[in-house]
Amino acid sequence: MTVNVSWYLTLGAILFTIGAVGMLVRRNILVMFMCIELMLNAANLTFVSFSRVLNDVGGQISVFFVLIVAAAEVVVGLAIIVAIYRRRVGATADDQHLLKG
Amino acid sequence: MMSGLLAAATLPDSITFVVAAVIVVLGALGVVLYKNPVHSALMLVMTLFGIAVLFVEQDAQFLAAVQVIVYTGAVVVLFLFVIMLLGVDRRETVFADTFKGQRLFTGLVGICVLFEIVYLGSRDWTTGAPSVAGALRNQGANVNVIGKSLFTTYLLPFEVTSALLVVAVIGAVVLSRRHGEDAPSTDRDRETAEFKS
Repeated sequence: MTVNVSWYLTLGAILFTIGAVGMLVRRNILVMFMCIELMLNAANLTFVSFSRVLNDVGGQISVFFVLIVAAAEVVVGLAIIVAIYRRRVGATADDQHLLKG
Repeated sequence: MMSGLLAAATLPDSITFVVAAVIVVLGALGVVLYKNPVHSALMLVMTLFGIAVLFVEQDAQFLAAVQVIVYTGAVVVLFLFVIMLLGVDRRETVFADTFKGQRLFTGLVGICVLFEIVYLGSRDWTTGAPSVAGALRNQGANVNVIGKSLFTTYLLPFEVTSALLVVAVIGAVVLSRRHGEDAPSTDRDRETAEFKS
């Protein structure tokens, strides 16, 4: 018997918060991408915890699909980043201000 | 209260959880706080391994293996490849105020998000009714249970993900293709030329 599910949910909340704050604070696009991965993992941890508590396999299936979508998202996102960097040499999100009003 | 919550668990399980939780949080903080993107990526590996340990701790062995293979084996390596390819591993100021009051605003958002999630998590929102996915325990090995559910109840979403992966691969190839002189002239190439000039 592992620890109470509240601990897992709290850890997931902390992890999600760190990811969200990092997403807002950092300006390097790659690091912002990593912060998205942190938030996805926080959600995955919560899914697995609820799957255990409710004795339901649906949570683990959801994590499986989240993993697949995250992999596809990373592939396309990094391809976009490579395409952006190839055109202009800006290293941060602030350099992509072409659509600025 | 803390000892009461931990009392339900055996000592090895408690120790495993605490160690993995510390690894996860330290890794996440490292991702955000390190100035060098390469260090951030390595810290991300640490966090993902900690999550995998927590998956094993909760009897999700299949997902723990997939987590290590897909995330640390493929995703982070892809991140590192892109960092090396682009040569953007230079340092940056982490907490720059791009617009006025950004740090203050970010801190407020972070506190709000944390308290909101903890508040929501501290209440009982589930009815306890079983879903169509089926029970998790006493059904055989973890892989068997997931596989059975995936290939019966969730067969259509599973097939749709194959289309998603194909689209992602084709999209990545198209996006990262270099538009040289020998490439056929398309609308997109002309747009690119106009964009550059």
